[in-house]
Order: sequence, then C-alpha cells, then structure tokens
Amino acid sequence: MIAELGHYALVLALGLALVQAIVPLWGARVRDDALMAVAAPTAVAQFIFVAMAFAALVACYVRSDFSVLNVAENSHSAMPLIYKFTSAWGNHEGSMLLWVLILTFFGALVAVLGNNLPATLKANVLAVQSWLAAAFFLFILLTSNPFLRLADAPMEGRDLNPILQDIGLAVHPPMLYLGYVGFSITFSFAAAALIDGRIDPAWARWVRPWTLAAWMFLTCGIAMGSYWAYYELGWGGWWFWDPVENASFMPWLAGTALLHSALVMERRDALKVWTILLAVIAFSFSLIGTFLVRSGVLTSVHTFANDPARGVFILAILVLFIGGGFTLFAWRAPMLRQGGLFAPISREGALVLTNLFLTTACATVFIGTLYPLALEALTGEKISVGAPFFNSTFGPLMVPLLAAVPFGPLLAWKRGDLLGVTQRLTVAFAIGIIGIAATFASEGAKPPLAPFGVGLALFVIAGALTDIAERTGLFRVSPALALKRAAGLPRSAWGTALAHCGLGLTLLGIVGETGWSAERIVTLRPGQVVSLRHYDLSFDGIAPREGPNYRELTAKFTVRRGSDVLGVLEPAKRSFPTRGTTTTEAALMTRGLSQLYLSLGDSNPDGSITVRLYHKPLVLLIWLGPLVMVAGGALSLSDRRLRVGAPKPAKRRAALQPAE
Amino acid sequence: MTRKQRRLALIGSGLTVLAIAAVLVLSALKDSIVFFNSPTDVVEKNVQPGARIRLGGLVKPGSVERGDNLSVRFEVTDGNRAVPVTYTGILPDLFREGQGVVTEGALDGAGLFRADSVLAKHDETYMPKEVADALKKQGHWKDDYDKKGAAPAGSSAASPAPAKRTP
Repeated sequence: MIAELGHYALVLALGLALVQAIVPLWGARVRDDALMAVAAPTAVAQFIFVAMAFAALVACYVRSDFSVLNVAENSHSAMPLIYKFTSAWGNHEGSMLLWVLILTFFGALVAVLGNNLPATLKANVLAVQSWLAAAFFLFILLTSNPFLRLADAPMEGRDLNPILQDIGLAVHPPMLYLGYVGFSITFSFAAAALIDGRIDPAWARWVRPWTLAAWMFLTCGIAMGSYWAYYELGWGGWWFWDPVENASFMPWLAGTALLHSALVMERRDALKVWTILLAVIAFSFSLIGTFLVRSGVLTSVHTFANDPARGVFILAILVLFIGGGFTLFAWRAPMLRQGGLFAPISREGALVLTNLFLTTACATVFIGTLYPLALEALTGEKISVGAPFFNSTFGPLMVPLLAAVPFGPLLAWKRGDLLGVTQRLTVAFAIGIIGIAATFASEGAKPPLAPFGVGLALFVIAGALTDIAERTGLFRVSPALALKRAAGLPRSAWGTALAHCGLGLTLLGIVGETGWSAERIVTLRPGQVVSLRHYDLSFDGIAPREGPNYRELTAKFTVRRGSDVLGVLEPAKRSFPTRGTTTTEAALMTRGLSQLYLSLGDSNPDGSITVRLYHKPLVLLIWLGPLVMVAGGALSLSDRRLRVGAPKPAKRRAALQPAE
Repeated sequence: MTRKQRRLALIGSGLTVLAIAAVLVLSALKDSIVFFNSPTDVVEKNVQPGARIRLGGLVKPGSVERGDNLSVRFEVTDGNRAVPVTYTGILPDLFREGQGVVTEGALDGAGLFRADSVLAKHDETYMPKEVADALKKQGHWKDDYDKKGAAPAGSSAASPAPAKRTP
C-alpha cells in the first residue's frame, strides 16, 4: 500500500508540475497577478508530494518490503538500519527520485523565500523549474519507476552493492545532488530573465545566493566523494579523472566561473551576456553529467543499470533544455546592452581572467570526457583517455589561474594598479619563495616540480591573508583599530579570503600527496614487520569476524615509531555472500595532516598476507581545503548584502558603501 | 585605452588562452590516449610491441599462476584467442578466473603482455562495457548461447555475467 501511495503522489506531482509549467508563464505574459500567484503554492505542494513519494520509498526500504522490485534488488533484511535507509538512493530509480526531490525542494524554496522578487520574474522562474520537474517526473514514471511490484515476492533481497554499504552513501549523493540540481535554479533564473527580457544588476543579486549555495554543496559533495573513494576502493587514490567524476567537476568549474562573473554583473553591470550564458552552461553540465551517469553509456560504480530507453529519454531531456536555453539566449542576448566599462587591469579584468581560465579548463575536461564516446560512436574504435591527458591539459591551465588569484581581490574596480598590488603582495611572494627554498632544502628536487607547487600554494594562501591585512590596516595601525576594522569588514570579504585560502590548502595537499607519497607492497607472516618512512608496522595476526550481512578477515597491525606504540591498524577483507563480492576495508591512521594507509591484498594458504602500505603526506588538506572553501562560501552567504530575501534598506546601504 | 582597444585586449587574451589550451589538448590526445584491444585484435591486428594499450576480456579459467614477489601470470581470452599477461602487485578484489578484466600495459617482443595495471569491474553484476562488446563480437555473449541453446563452454564460471539483471 505504501508503494502505491508513493506512486500516486508522484503522479499528482506531475499533474501539479504541468499546471505550474503553463499557468504562471501565461500569467506573466498577460500580467495577470492571479495566474502568476498560482506558481508559489503549486511549487510547495509539488515538493510535499515528491517528499511523500520519497518517504514512501524509504519506508519500503526500512521495512524490507521485498514485494517492491527496487527493494528486492537493492536491499537485504540483515543490513544495518542506516544502510537500509541510504540504499533507497543507492540505485538508479531511487537516485532519480532524490534528484527530483531536490529539484522541487529548490523550487519550493524560491516560492517561499522569493517574496521580494518581481512578480513576473518569480512566476517565470517557477514555471521553468516546473518544466524541468515535469520532464524528470515523466522520466521516472515511464522508464524508472521505483514503486514497481513483484508478482511473487522473494524471501530475501539481493543486497546493496557492498561498496555502497558505507556512511558515505548517506552524505555524498545528497550533497552532490544539492549542488548539481541547485544549478537548476540559476538556469531557471536565466531562462526567466531571458523570457522577461529584463536583466540588470538586481537579477545578479538575486541569483548569486542560489549559485553560491549550490556551489557550496557541490564542493562539499565532490570532496566527500573523493574521500569516500580514497578509503573505500583500497588503493589510496583520491581522484581518477573518471568520466563520472568529471561529470560532477564540470558543473563545479562552470559554477565557480558563474560565481565570479555574477559578482561583476552585480557590482558593475558588466558581463551580462556572459553571466547569463554561464548560468545556462552550468546547469547544462549538470544535465550532461546526469546523462553520462544515468544513461549507462559509461560503466562505473555510479551506473546502476543499463537500459537504452533511459539513455534516449535523458538525451531527449538534455537536448530539449540545453537547446531551449541556448535558443532563448540567442533570441534575447543581442538585446542586452553592455554596461560598466573597465580597464583590462582591474578587479573586473581579474574576474574575467578567472572566467577565461575556468571555462577553458572546463572545456578541456569536457573534451577528454566525451572524446572517447564520440570516437567510439563515429569509428567504433575504443580508447581510454586517462589521468595523463588531464594532467597535461588541466594542470598547466590551472597554474596561471592560481598565480593570479591573490591579485584579484587587491585590484580596484574599474582601473587597478598592478604595480601597487604587486608591491602589496611582496610578503606573499617572499613566503612563496621561502616555501620553494625550504622544500628544496629538505626534500631535494624530487619530484622537480613539487617545491614550486608548495611555493604556489603558500603564495595563494598568503595572498588571501594579505587581502584581509590590507583591508584592516594590520601592521600599519594599532592592533585595536585593526581588530575593530576586521569586525567591520563585510563578511563577503572574509568569505573571499577564506575560500581562496581553501584553494591554496587544497593545492598544498595535492602537491604533498602526489609529490611525496610513499608506497610499499609486501607479503608478511604473523610477527613480521614492515617499515615505511619512520613507521614500523608489526603484523600481529589475522582473525575472522562476523558482521550483520558479511564475514570479514581482520588483520591486526601495531604501529610504532621508534619505540613508541602509536596505535593499532585493523584493515579487513569483507565478503558478502548474497552478492558473492569482496570489499577491502582500508585502515587509516592520521598523523597531523598526513595519513598512514593500510589495505589488505590476498591471504595465502601458508598464513601470510599481502598488504599495501602508503604514507601520504599532507593528504588531509585535499579535503580540508574544500571544507574551508565551503566555510568561506557560508560566510559570504550570511553577508547581509547577499542574504536571501534581503530587505530594501540593505540594498541602499550597499549602494552607499565606498568603492572597494 | 579606447573602448575598441579594450575589447581587442579582451578578445586577444581570450584567444591566446584558447590557443594554448588547444595546443595542450591536441598534444595530449596524441600522446596519452590508450586504445582498447581484445585478444583477437592483439593477435590479428599485429599490435606493436611497446605500444601502450588496454587489453580486455575474461581471465581464462585455470590460467592463473602466482609466482614470487606478488608476480602473477594469467591469460586473457575472448573465446577466440588468448594472450598471456604478467602483472606484479595486488590484484583487485573482483579479479577472478572466468571474470571480466581490463589490463593496461604493453606487449613485449615475445608476445607476452606486461600489464602495469589491472582493473576489475566495480560490481559483480556488471562487466566492463569494452569487455562485453568484445565478447559479443566473438559470439561468446550469454545471449548468444541462449539463442544457440547450447551450454557455454568450460565451467559455468566461464560464462560471462549478464550485463543486465533479469528480474
């Protein structure tokens, strides 16, 4: 009964979506307030119905109702409750339901929080959002219905893919989708503004919080996914340039560019055409990502099932919305008048440069991801484009961008003084050079580029801090006054500095991990010791253990440094009888920002086991950096000037502020 | 600077970055892409020794021999031809005789494939798409056996797992 209720709620949501897609749009056209007002309540109701459908699916999972096909295929009665819960979206149908849940969630948020939006804009935004929702409801109902019943229910489910039986499944997909799908709002705003034909700095002001929120979730989701892959797959990699990862990374790059160009549009009324285009592009990449992951053209842990009908359907949605977006753009963009002029060397110029590099880098990732698919479709030749391609294209494009990051916030709007800024960055330069020298001195030139990477990362971090020091007059005025100024700084200034710091930290982590990671693969008998860097690990023995729906072999290692015992590592091999699958559970020991990583290979008949041991210096920064970026985003989001639904006085105050 | 000069500066820098990116992409595409080959391709297309390729197929049942120091030797087959492979290191969890595998490396002069990475699929139920296609081409796909009404050759483990779950 619960499954049928869920199905019914989804059908009702589709009905509402169709109403919301047409009535407010018409209302905005004929300026009829009553018709436009239909949008807000339907958006909220749509969300409630989808939430009901989602709750119904989760309930089926929690109750292990194996008469539902989806549950029978992806769950097991012995699984811990948390995994029963999360396995609701650990499959194709459920994850699409999560997709629309978040889509309608954002729609409802705009309906509730967007009271200060012009009526026509709000109506159009919600209508466009509803077109999207309707398309995906149809997709779910016609090709991926999670509520299908089985005629004769099995006694036991087929279990969830063991790799997904992890707390990561509770965090990574919802976070990622909040980001991915969050860009739908910017798309809807862009489409609505194009339909409306009115695009001004106020539009950018309304869009920026949504973009920022989506960007924060996406950042967090990608970082979480990376850490999950790192500890779950058992070989210590944290980014594989896998097409599925790229699918989430491209919207991130486009979204980051959008954040920066919307800033120019909001403050200086410039880059309008470009910002609108980026808003369309960012969500297009989300749709392309959905297509790549959900259609089955790629094989990965994210692809749950291959059904050609689904691929064609998503492709149709993709063509409809991306094509529609660009058509609207082509129709309206020539009418946009370019505002605020600026010199090439200025804050605007720096932000344009950021955009240029981010979008170019995004394009190279796009080519590397789609080239194999295109080549196979055209010639039948199968190739793989792996990490070497991306390292030699994406990497070089990022270097000038990162080097330019500290300059941006220090340059003045309209016309900047590059020499002056360079002088103010003297300390940051010095820190970077000291970093290079110190790294050369302690680690040598192996690998040769790593010290420069450290220097660049330190320059980015120090540059971000210089911005704050300059604004507060730290070291020039009395500490008390500087503190007072610091408290008075707009939170968005702190947000920028923090986000750029996070970028530097991430780079430092990446350089540390790729440059100085050490690896040993050895076969050990109980009592033997393996040493790596300063650490000695003694293999104490191996013991079987029973889990709820698996059996595991756990090896025990005592970690010593010199004569100090630092702790115990217990890597394991889990075998899941239902699926006949084995997973490797790596054991991690964090030492400062570095980690020891131990995973088990095969165990041999003579009692010896093969282990893979890594020491990964600074590796934690790879994920702490993005968290710092997200914290910066959150600070900016809490800025009064940007707050969702900011009242009019805030706007006036912003206008009165001196140019920064 | 006049408005026109500014615009030119902007367009110029944009084109410069794009040109640099295009050069990077083209040179990387020339050097760092890897072609996928089935064992039949390797034997019949005369893949050059030393050229980096991906070789995919099924691990031939009974062919896995473990040596000292984590070295392992096995054969990759598509039912038509088989290519011997050596690899040193830890094999993925899902590496098993009769299961799909993709290896990356190069042939040596003697026709032995020296792999430096071995990828097994993420999930028991699915097979790497390249492997599935290669098997289909050779007529060893499960559906082909169903059509012929014949049991797959060798043990049941030799039959490739279906790419699609049958409910």
